[in-house]
Amino acid sequence: MSEQTTPGAAVPGRSVTELAGDVPVHADRPAQAPRRGLLHGPAGRNLGLVIALLAICIFGVATAGERFASPENALTILRLASVTGVVSIGMTFVIIGAGIDLSVGSVIGLASVWASTLATQTMAQDLNWGVMVVTALAVGLCAGLVNGVLIAYGKVVAFIATLAMMVAARGLAEIIAQRKTQVVSVQGFLDFFRGDLIGIPTLVWIFVLVSVAGWILLNRTTFGRRTIAVGGNPEAARLAGIKVKRHTMYLYALSGLGAGIGGVMMLGRTTAGSSTNGLFLELDVIAAVVVGGTLLVGGRGTIVGTVLGVLIFTTLSNVFTQNNLSSSAQAVAKGVIIVVAVMLQQRIAGRTPAKT
Amino acid sequence: MSAPLHRRWLAVAGATAAFALIAAGCTSNTPEADDTAAAVAPAAAGSNDEPGDKVTIAFSGPAADHGWLGAINSAAKAEAEKYSDVDFVMAEGTNDVSVQISQIEQFINDGVDAIVLLPSDGAALTEVATKAMNAGIPVVNVDREFSDPNAARTTVLGDNYGMGVSAGEYICEQLGGTAGAKVAEIAGVDSLPLTQDRSRGFKDALTKCGLKVDARVAAGFTVETGEEAASELLQANPKLDAIWNHDDDQGIGVLAAIDAAGRDEFFMVGGAGSKNAMDAIKADDTVLKATVIYPSTQGADGVKLARLLAQNKGMSDLVDAAVPRTVQLYAPIVTKENVDEYLPIGFAS
Repeated sequence: MSEQTTPGAAVPGRSVTELAGDVPVHADRPAQAPRRGLLHGPAGRNLGLVIALLAICIFGVATAGERFASPENALTILRLASVTGVVSIGMTFVIIGAGIDLSVGSVIGLASVWASTLATQTMAQDLNWGVMVVTALAVGLCAGLVNGVLIAYGKVVAFIATLAMMVAARGLAEIIAQRKTQVVSVQGFLDFFRGDLIGIPTLVWIFVLVSVAGWILLNRTTFGRRTIAVGGNPEAARLAGIKVKRHTMYLYALSGLGAGIGGVMMLGRTTAGSSTNGLFLELDVIAAVVVGGTLLVGGRGTIVGTVLGVLIFTTLSNVFTQNNLSSSAQAVAKGVIIVVAVMLQQRIAGRTPAKT
Repeated sequence: MSAPLHRRWLAVAGATAAFALIAAGCTSNTPEADDTAAAVAPAAAGSNDEPGDKVTIAFSGPAADHGWLGAINSAAKAEAEKYSDVDFVMAEGTNDVSVQISQIEQFINDGVDAIVLLPSDGAALTEVATKAMNAGIPVVNVDREFSDPNAARTTVLGDNYGMGVSAGEYICEQLGGTAGAKVAEIAGVDSLPLTQDRSRGFKDALTKCGLKVDARVAAGFTVETGEEAASELLQANPKLDAIWNHDDDQGIGVLAAIDAAGRDEFFMVGGAGSKNAMDAIKADDTVLKATVIYPSTQGADGVKLARLLAQNKGMSDLVDAAVPRTVQLYAPIVTKENVDEYLPIGFAS
C-alpha cells in the first residue's frame, strides 16, 4: 500500500500524513485554528454521545429496573444492533470520504435473497454452508463496486448512483425471490449464526470484529488516512499523489461488502431471505453515522462515534419496549435525539462544523 | 337520501346472508377445499359458471411485496383463467398512487367491462373509481375501502376487526380462567387502519373474558421487523402466557426471535394464514398453535363478482337478482384440528 503514498511533486515538502491528519485540510482556508485541549479531540466529540447513551440507560434502569440492567438485555440490545452496526462501519468510511451510500438496505435484501435461493441452499447442503456466506459477500461487494465505478469513473453523483442501486437492487431481489420469503433450512448455517461463543451471540462477535477492523483500518493504515484526505479535500489529496478515483471506488466496495455481511447476519437473525430485508435500514445507518459525529461533507469521523450512535438508537428502542410505549412515541424520540446529540457535539467541540 | 340508505340496508342483509355462500363458492373452486361454512349447503357451480357474454375484466393492485398480496394477484389471475368468457387484463402492481390512477384511466379509455381494484390507498383512488363508475364501468373494490361507497358497485372486504376477535376468543378459550394470565400482541404497521381494527377486535374479545393486552409492540409486516419487535417484547416480558402476532409473514421472524430467546412457556396465534404457518400448526412442534385467516382469495372473489356484474347476472345463491353491494369475508381460526381444511388456501409467504 505504501508505495502509493509518495507525495506528489506539486506539494513539495508536505507528506500525506500531514495532509491527512486529524484536522481536515482546506486549501481555501489557509489559517486552520489550532486545536485547544482534550475536549476538542475525538474523545471530546464522543463525550456528548456517551452522555446521551448514559441518559437513556439511566432512564431505562429507573423505569424498568433489573429487566433493563440484566446481562441478557445487554446482549439483546447488542444482537439487535449488530446488523445496523456492521453496515454503519462501512458507511462511516463512505461518508468520511465525502460520499453517501443509499443502497445498503437494498443490498442487504439482495444479498440475503441471493444467498438463500433454492439453488444456493441446495449447494450449501451438498458442500458447505460457507457457500451462502460467500454468495452474500460477493453480491454485496459487486453491488458496491458497481456503485464505486459509476461514481468514481462514470462521474455520477453519489446520491444518484446509490439511489439507482437502492431501487434496482430491491427490484432484483424481488425478481429472484419472486416476492416470497425464503426460509433457510441449512442447519449448519443456522447453528453458526444463531449460536453463541462463550455466552455471547455470534452476531455480536461479528459486530465487535468488524468494528475493531474498521477502527484499525481508519486509524492505523494508509487506507484510513487517504480516506480522510480524499473526503477533506480531494484536490489536495490528488496533488499529494493519492489516486482519488480508485480510492473512492474502494470506499463504495467496502460499504457494499459491509452490506453483504449485513445480509448474512440478517439471514441468521431472521432465518429467512426476503426482498423486504433491510427495508429503510439505510436511514438508520446514516442517522447513526451522523449522530456519531461523522461530517456529512466528509473529512472527519470516528468508528467509536458510529458504534455509539448505533447503540444509542437500539438502546432507545429497547427502553421504549420495556415500558410498553408506542412505536410512534419512539420515532419522535429518535428525531429529538438526532438533533440533541448533534448540538451537544458542536457545543463540546466548541465550534460549528468547519464546512457546512 | 332514502335510496342510498335503503341500499345500505340491503347491502348489510345481503352481506350477512352472502358471506358464507361466498366463502363456500370461492373454496369450491379449489378441489380439495372443504366448505368453510359447514352449515350452508355447498354452493354448486350453478348456471353462473356457464360461459356467458365475452367480457373484459381489468385488475389493478399494489405491488406484491408481501406474500399475502402476491397470493391475491395469483389467485385473481387463476380465477379469471377458469372462464373462457373472460378477457383478463392485469396491470403491473404498484404502490405509487399516481401510477395506479393512470392505470384506471387507461382502463376507462379502453372501455373495459368491469374493473377490480385493490387500491394502494383507498381514499386516493376514490375519485378515479367514481370516474369509472360514471363512465358506466362497474368497479369492484377489494380489501381497502374507498372513502365514498358510491365509488364502487360492490366491495369485497376481509374482516380485520373479526380477525382480532377470533384471535382473542381463541386465547380466552385456551387460557380459560387463568388468573393474571399475561397476553402480548405483536401488531403490523401501526399507522394502517387495518392494524387498528385488528387490535380493537383483539382487545374487545379479551375484555369479555377478563383478560387484557399486557404488552404490545408493532412490527412492519416483514420478517426483519417481526424478529426485532419480538426480541424486544420477549426481553421486556420474562413470562408470557399467550401472544397474538398479526401476520404470518412477519411471523417467520417472530418465531426466529422466540427460538433465539429459547422461550416456550406460552403459545402463539398467527394471522393471515400462510402455508408456512399452517404447516407449523399441523406439525405442532413450535409455539405456534393457531392462526386467523384473512382470505387471500379476495381478489379472486372480486374477479368473479366483476364477471357477474359485467354479464348482468346476479348471484345464483341469493334470491336477490343483483350482486350485493358489500361482501365481507369471514375470519375463521385455524388450529391443528381443522388445519387440513384450510391448507389448500394457505398462501406461500
